[in-house]
Amino acid sequence: MGATANGGRQETAAPSPYAIELKGISKAFGPVQANKDINIAVPRGTIHGIIGENGAGKSTLMSILYGFYRADAGEIYINGKLTPIPDSQSAIRAGIGMVFQHFKLVQNFTVLENVILGAEDGPMLNTSLAKARKVLGELSREYEMDVDPDALIEDLSVGHQQRVEILKALYRQADILILDEPTGVLTPDEADHLFRILNGLKEQGKTIILITHKLREIMEATDNVSVMRRGTMVGTVKTAESSPESLAELMVGRKVLLEVEKVKATPGAVVLTVENLRVKDDDGVERLKGVSFEIRAGEILGIAGVAGNGQSELLEALGGIARATGRITLKGVDLPLVGLAANGQTRREAGIAHVPEDRQHLGLIMDFSAWENVAFGYHNDPKYQKNALFMDNDALRADTEAKMARYDVRPPIATLAAKNFSGGNQQKIVVAREMEQNPDLLLIGQPTRGVDIGAIEFIHKQIIALRDAGKAILLVSVELDEIMSLSDRIAVMFDGHIMGTADPETTNERALGLLMAGVAGDPK
Amino acid sequence: MRKLPQWADVVLVPLISLLLAALVAALVLLAIGQSPTAALGIMVEGAFGSANGWGYTLYYTTSFIFTGLSVIVAFHAGLFNIGGEGQAQLGGLGVALVCLALPWPHWTLALLAATLAAAVFGAAWAAIPAYLQAKRGSHIVITTIMFNYIASALIVYMLVDVLRPAGQMDPASARFPVGAKLPALSDMPFLREFFARLNPDGTPRLTKAGVAMYSNVPANVTLFIALAACVVVWLLLWRTRLGYQIRAFGKSEAASKYAGINPVKITMIAMLISGGLAGMMAINNVMGSAERLLQNSAEGAGFIGIAVALMGRNHPLGVLLAALLFGFLYQGGAALGLNTTIPIEMRIVVQGLVILFTGALDQMVRMLLVWLFSFGRKAAV
Repeated sequence: MGATANGGRQETAAPSPYAIELKGISKAFGPVQANKDINIAVPRGTIHGIIGENGAGKSTLMSILYGFYRADAGEIYINGKLTPIPDSQSAIRAGIGMVFQHFKLVQNFTVLENVILGAEDGPMLNTSLAKARKVLGELSREYEMDVDPDALIEDLSVGHQQRVEILKALYRQADILILDEPTGVLTPDEADHLFRILNGLKEQGKTIILITHKLREIMEATDNVSVMRRGTMVGTVKTAESSPESLAELMVGRKVLLEVEKVKATPGAVVLTVENLRVKDDDGVERLKGVSFEIRAGEILGIAGVAGNGQSELLEALGGIARATGRITLKGVDLPLVGLAANGQTRREAGIAHVPEDRQHLGLIMDFSAWENVAFGYHNDPKYQKNALFMDNDALRADTEAKMARYDVRPPIATLAAKNFSGGNQQKIVVAREMEQNPDLLLIGQPTRGVDIGAIEFIHKQIIALRDAGKAILLVSVELDEIMSLSDRIAVMFDGHIMGTADPETTNERALGLLMAGVAGDPK
Repeated sequence: MRKLPQWADVVLVPLISLLLAALVAALVLLAIGQSPTAALGIMVEGAFGSANGWGYTLYYTTSFIFTGLSVIVAFHAGLFNIGGEGQAQLGGLGVALVCLALPWPHWTLALLAATLAAAVFGAAWAAIPAYLQAKRGSHIVITTIMFNYIASALIVYMLVDVLRPAGQMDPASARFPVGAKLPALSDMPFLREFFARLNPDGTPRLTKAGVAMYSNVPANVTLFIALAACVVVWLLLWRTRLGYQIRAFGKSEAASKYAGINPVKITMIAMLISGGLAGMMAINNVMGSAERLLQNSAEGAGFIGIAVALMGRNHPLGVLLAALLFGFLYQGGAALGLNTTIPIEMRIVVQGLVILFTGALDQMVRMLLVWLFSFGRKAAV
């Protein structure tokens, strides 16, 4: 790790080769040490990856660099100069631009208006707009980022919206770009384009920090990579000299199995039949536009697709949360789609377990303790009742402790509130609750979103084990790797339709990516 | 958010809030040229120094327990029931109709019937806003507030045009029959001694007719129903399936839908229980004390219940303690007005300060404590 000369405080004649140097950064939130004595040096004109499990402290570190938090200790050097960053305005002045995971764009403003927002030159917008139009034109040509300056944000695709965020930063003359999990919402094609843009920026001398948990992206796009684990920096290596396996081991602190081990599926009788399923959202817009498929016992059907193309509505209709039309048959019995009978209780009674996409919003009551959450949805189960009046809280706690032991939930404290567990352990609580009901059909959405690598390995094994026990599984994920390694059949959704199906043995990411973008195939 | 140890959150935060309120109240007293210590002495003496004082303090406490419990049951379902006042008034109507219906042979029978009527009437008054919230999405805060006004108007109509005995001048119902008279606390066998000892010479003070003077303390047997209600509400919320569903629904409506909890059903049931509890307050004031239905019978206890629930941390035990505090403030404040030149409005100022500090500024105190605690931790490291 290249540190500058010890007298780094004084301006030296030779400019520092590093765009950013962080020295001894520490930050605690109450008893939690989010960053502990972090040292990192990012050479100018490189793409620098930062990886780490959830809660490793990546976001905290970047928030300190961007002025959202103040470090308890440590110094920030920009281009070799000590630069305190008490707020994000200072960060922008120091030439740092940030592209957030969730874009901060005004949906009903044009691209141009969004770019100048907060960087207007005066009370009259005309001059600023004209200037921005000129600069934007130059930037677009320079970096292959063609975006119509007069388009409304809400009319742009996610990939284009992200470009607007990058343009916003460049317009503010950022030399250092931080991108937080930039590919989470992109199709593989869009992600490739993003990396081409980032390479272009690098060639122009910009410095880019890429925060991600996807090892593949780190390997493809970065020059150097820093690995964080539990608030500390465990190492910085040249990407060319590392491998996904070695990085994963650095992240988790032990050897990790990246490939899912499974035998070929032996599908049995049809468990679930879905015919022409349609769902409208609260505004009356049709989100699921006539979907039909079936799943057999002992097989995993993976639903791929960019987020927001009807996968959530499919899960909600099957799980009894959303009203729907069409037909759902479980083991030959029709399930109600509308009315009071269509609810989560009747679905569970029919034999459907549901691990929802958004565990914090749907799957758990964050203020409830773990044992209260283990009863969630199954609170009517006779085994949790002491008598006609009272629930058997003792039995429930014992049951929870047993499940926590089997699913390796840490810490194994049944009385701890759900919000005090890490994302991976929260997910294990939900997975334990749903899988242990021994369902005929498991709906599982984004099983490993925001879950650390160690827990991903565990959850994937559990899914395969449930399949091998002869259960039908509907897997919805935006992670193509996950879909491809777990599924026995793949269906790709786009705009509320199933665009096409594929065999994971013979297909590849490019073919799936085209389907995900709605390019190939015909909507059925 | 940084966390406090649980004991600090439950004990220290309300205690410090209370001390701050007392401090500001003392400053106000100093500013108007009165001695805070003397005033506190008079309040304590007025609330706890005599049989009469205890009688009133516990009487107010009883009412506040019911309205406080009413607020927390709704609150655990994520519903803010501000209609306790109106529901308590309707409860009073139920009590009056039942008490006046029969020449009750014994108070226990009358109490049973009146409690049921009070709960049913209170629940019925809460049912309409609950239905509008559950089915139409009309905000329960708005509708319950409006229903307080409708309740007032309805009671006036009932008193003036229906319940008022012929020839009576004031808008009030007839006096309840003797058989519906609830025993005062000072008449209960095991409490008689306690109330008797409160008099300076240790003997019951008698009127000329030879009746003990304390026999007309307003606190009555309803207190025991209120205490039982605390236990029942605790069991309901934390031991039953219904309570589990109420709390889950209150924490997250979206997640409850995922779990298959019926939002309409839970909203209705929680509000019916909440309204029923508020209505049950009427057995304390209407049946136990006034012994007839008057206008504005709830006297603001429905609103005090919100402060009691806030201060009581939405827990029945907290409600019990907070109700006792507010009972003390009510009765002690009345003693201030009676025995000093301090204006009676001072009692409202003190109550206001307590509500302000324990309810509204509670987060400020908590942040202060979090800061102090982190300081302690750093020093330890």
